[in-house]
Amino acid sequence: MTTAPALPELALSRRVFVVALGGAVGGLVLGLRIAPAGAEGQPDSPFAPIHFVKVGKDGVVTIVCSRSEMGQGIRSSLPFVLADELGADFARISIVQGDADARYGDQNTDGSHSVRDFYETMRVAGATARSMLVSAAAARWGVPAERLIVHDHAVHDPATGKKAGFGELAEAAAALPVPDPKSVKLRPDAELVKSKGRLPLVDGPAFVTGKAHYGADTQLPGMLTAVVLRPPVVGGRVKSVDDSKALAVSGVRKVVRLPDWTAPAKFQPLGGVAVVADHTWAAIQGRKALVVEWENGPNASYDSDSYRQSLRAAVNAPGTVIRQVGDVDAALAGAAKVVSAEYHLAHLVHTPMEPPAAVAKVGAKSCEVWAPTQDPQTAQKELATALGLDPSQVTVHVTFLGGGFGRKSKPDFILEAALLSRAVGAPVRVQWTREDDIRHGYYHATGAYRIDAGLDAQQKLVAWRQRVAAPSIGSTFDLKSDRLSGWELQTLNDLPLTAPAVRLESCQAPAHVRIGWMRSVYDINHCFAAQSFIGELAAATGRDPKAVLLDVLGPARTLTAQEVGMKELMNAPKGYTPDVGRLRHVIERVAELSDWDAARRAGKAVGIAGYRGFLTYVAAVVAVSYDAKKQVRIDDVWLVADPGQVANADRVRSQLEGAVVFGLSLALYGKITAKNGAIEQANFDSYPLLRIFEAPRTHIELVASQAPHAGAGEPGVPPVAPALGNAIFALTGRRLREMPFATAMNARA
Amino acid sequence: MAKLKLHVNGVDHAIEADPDMPLLWALRDLLGLTGTKFGCGEALCGACTVHLDGMAVRSCQTPVSAAAKQKITTIEGLSAHGDHPLQKAWCDLGVPQCGYCQPGQIMSAAALLSAKPKPTDTEIDTALGGNICRCGCYQRIREAVHVAAGQSPKGGAR
Repeated sequence: MTTAPALPELALSRRVFVVALGGAVGGLVLGLRIAPAGAEGQPDSPFAPIHFVKVGKDGVVTIVCSRSEMGQGIRSSLPFVLADELGADFARISIVQGDADARYGDQNTDGSHSVRDFYETMRVAGATARSMLVSAAAARWGVPAERLIVHDHAVHDPATGKKAGFGELAEAAAALPVPDPKSVKLRPDAELVKSKGRLPLVDGPAFVTGKAHYGADTQLPGMLTAVVLRPPVVGGRVKSVDDSKALAVSGVRKVVRLPDWTAPAKFQPLGGVAVVADHTWAAIQGRKALVVEWENGPNASYDSDSYRQSLRAAVNAPGTVIRQVGDVDAALAGAAKVVSAEYHLAHLVHTPMEPPAAVAKVGAKSCEVWAPTQDPQTAQKELATALGLDPSQVTVHVTFLGGGFGRKSKPDFILEAALLSRAVGAPVRVQWTREDDIRHGYYHATGAYRIDAGLDAQQKLVAWRQRVAAPSIGSTFDLKSDRLSGWELQTLNDLPLTAPAVRLESCQAPAHVRIGWMRSVYDINHCFAAQSFIGELAAATGRDPKAVLLDVLGPARTLTAQEVGMKELMNAPKGYTPDVGRLRHVIERVAELSDWDAARRAGKAVGIAGYRGFLTYVAAVVAVSYDAKKQVRIDDVWLVADPGQVANADRVRSQLEGAVVFGLSLALYGKITAKNGAIEQANFDSYPLLRIFEAPRTHIELVASQAPHAGAGEPGVPPVAPALGNAIFALTGRRLREMPFATAMNARA
Repeated sequence: MAKLKLHVNGVDHAIEADPDMPLLWALRDLLGLTGTKFGCGEALCGACTVHLDGMAVRSCQTPVSAAAKQKITTIEGLSAHGDHPLQKAWCDLGVPQCGYCQPGQIMSAAALLSAKPKPTDTEIDTALGGNICRCGCYQRIREAVHVAAGQSPKGGAR
C-alpha cells in the first residue's frame, strides 16, 4: 500500500478545476470550479470558482467543509484529507462551514456519498497547494523543487536543512500559476497521517463544552420564537381558530395562520397556526391555549391496522415485475419443497436528538437563515420560491445538525421560520417539540413482503419469488406514485441469488402520510425480509444459517444485469460493480470474528445477516441469551464492513457502532402507527429508543481494501435487525416476521 | 411573572419569568446559555441535564422557581477550560457523533463520578440510563466514563 491510487479521470479532469483566487487576500487562496453534471470537460466554462482552501500569511490553513456535519464526522474527514495531503499541522487548521452555494457542487448530505464524491477533489486541492508552496520555496532557495519535502506545516530541503513555514511562503506561492492537475503528484498513502493513526475529532472540544452551534442556538436581536400547531392529519386544513386565550398568555406576541397545504407534499410546510412569542415557553403555553377546528381531508381514514391488511393482500397477488430470470412460477410448481413467509414492518420516524428548529430573518428583498440542514441548496431554492425572491437573495448558513438521519434533508421547518419572519416583520426561530417531530414527520415506509422459495430434492435453491408492497418516497412528490420503483428497490435490485428462476415484484401501496427517506431507507425493510427468509430456509432444511446464506448468494463473481434479470444494474456506478466475493468475505470474516461455529456448537444463540448497500459490503452477527428474568438479552454484536478505502477510519467505525444501536432501536421498538389519519405516538415513552443499559458489546472490523470509497453512514444499519431476528429464532424457536420485536420476543407460548 | 435570582456557573442573574417556566428555557432563552439542549420536554431523554447543587436534574421538568435557591451548573460551567476529565476522555476516545446529547450525557456522568469515583459498567448504565443518544455512542460513552475515572476503558484497573 505504498503507491498512490491512480486518479480516477472522471473525478477531476472533467468536472473539477483548481484555480487561484484572490490577490490581495493575504495568502494563497485556491478555489474549485465545479461543473454541474452534464457540463464536463470545459475548463473555460463560465462556472465561477469558489474558495476551498486558504493558506494565510499567518500560517493558518482555512478549509471549507461544504457538506453538512450531522454526526458522521465529515468535518473531521474531508478537510483533513486536504490538510493531510498538504502536509499541514492539524492544530493550525481552521474549518469553515460552507453556506448554500451551487458553486460547491452537490451539498445534499445524504446517501452516504460525501467522501466518495469529494475525496479525490480534496486530495488534489491539497496537493496543488503543496506543489505551489514547494515551487515558491524552490525559487527562493534556488534549488530544484523535486528535492523538497513538505511536512509539519513547512517546506523542507533535506540537502541543506533549510525550512520555510507555509505562512512565509503563502504570498509568493499565490503569485505562481496553478499547475495542471495532471502534473500534480499525490503523496503515497503510507505518508498520510490517516494511514498511521487516528485523525482528530476536530469538533470534539466544541461538542463537550456546549459551544457547538446547532439549529436552535442562533440568537438575533429582536428575535421571536414560534411553535406551530399543525393539522393532525396530513393534508388537513384549519376550519376555524379561536386565538383569544393564546394571545392572553404573557409573552405571546402574535398568532399567525400558515398557508394551507396542497398535495403532493413535497417540502412545503404542513400549514396550521403559529404562536409567535418572546421565548419558547410562552410560545408553547400559547399553543396549548389555541382552540382550532380542523378539516381533516382525504387522509382522515388512514389506519395502520387496516393498512397492514391491505399490504398483506397486495403481496398475495402479482405486482409490477422488477427482476425476472427464468420462469419462477414453473420452478416453484416443480420444486421438491416450497418455503413461504410473509413479513411486515411499521412506519418509523427519524427522531434526531435535536428536533427540527431554524432561525430566519426575512427582509423586503432578502432572506437569511441559520438551519441544521442536510441539503442547503434545496433549502435555498425552496425559500426563494416561497418568498418570491431570487436564490441569490437567500443566504443559508448551515449549523451543526443534532442528528439528521434524512429528516433534515427536508426544509419544511426552515420554510416555516421564513414565512413567519416575513409575517411578523422580525427574526423568528421556529422550534419543533418532540411531539411535533414524531407526529409530523416524513415517515419511513411501512411495508409487507411475501417470499416463496423452491428447493430441489438436494435442498438446492431453484426458485425465488419476492413481492414487496410499501408506500413510495416518490408519492411525496408525485401523487401517481403508488408503489416502489427504480432506486427504491435498493439492495433487492441486485441481491445475488443462485436460483435459476427469480422474480421480484413491486405491489400497490398508496401513501397516506408524507413518506421520506430515513437512514438506510428501504434497505431496512428489504434486508429484514430477505435475510430473515434465508434464516427460514436454513431452519427448513436443518442446515447452518451461515452456510445457507453463502449458498443462496452463490460463488464469488461480479454481477451482471443479465444475471439479476434487469435491463441494467441499479447500484453499479463505474468502479462499483457488485462483487459477490467481497460480500462472501465479510460474511466469512464476521463468522470468524464472532467464533460462529464454536458458538453454535456450544449451543449459544447467534444470528447472521450479510448485505450490500450504499456500495458497501456488511455482515453482522448478533448473540442473544436469557437474562435472570428469562427475558431476551442482546449480548454482543459483531459487524464487519468492507467500504473500500476510508478517509477517516475512526469515524467510519463510530458510524458502524452507531448503526448497531440504530438498527437495534428499530428492530426492538420501531413502530409508528396512524389512527383516523393521525399519528398515535408522541414522545420517547411511546416511541422508545435503545438506552445505554440495553446497548450490547459491539465489535467492529473494517476490511483493509484498496477498492474505491463507498458508503459508511448507512450500510451498517440494515443487517442488524435480521441478524437479531435470526438469533432470537435460535434462542426461542420463535420466528419473528414482524418488526418491532420487543413484545413478541418475550411472549410466552 | 416573578422576579427571580438564578445562580448559574458562579454568576448571579436577575430574571423575570413565569415561575413555572422550565429552567431549560430560562437558561437558553433568557440567559443565552445554549449549551443545555432541548430534546423531549418530558424528562425522557436527558439532553437538558444540569446540576442543582451537584445533583443531575432534567432542566426541562424543573420549574425555574424551584432552581432559584440552588447552585446551578451547566455544561458551560463544568470546567473553566473544557478540561474536566470527562470532557478530555470524551475527546480522546472520539465519543461524540452529532454531539447534541453530549452535554447532558457529560453532566449525568459528572454527577455519577462525584458520588462514585470508580463506577462499574452497571453503575454507569444506571446513572446514564435516562440519557438517549440517537447516534448510538453508548459503548464509547461507557469507556470514556471509565477512562475519566482513571480506569481502563473496559472498567477496572488500568
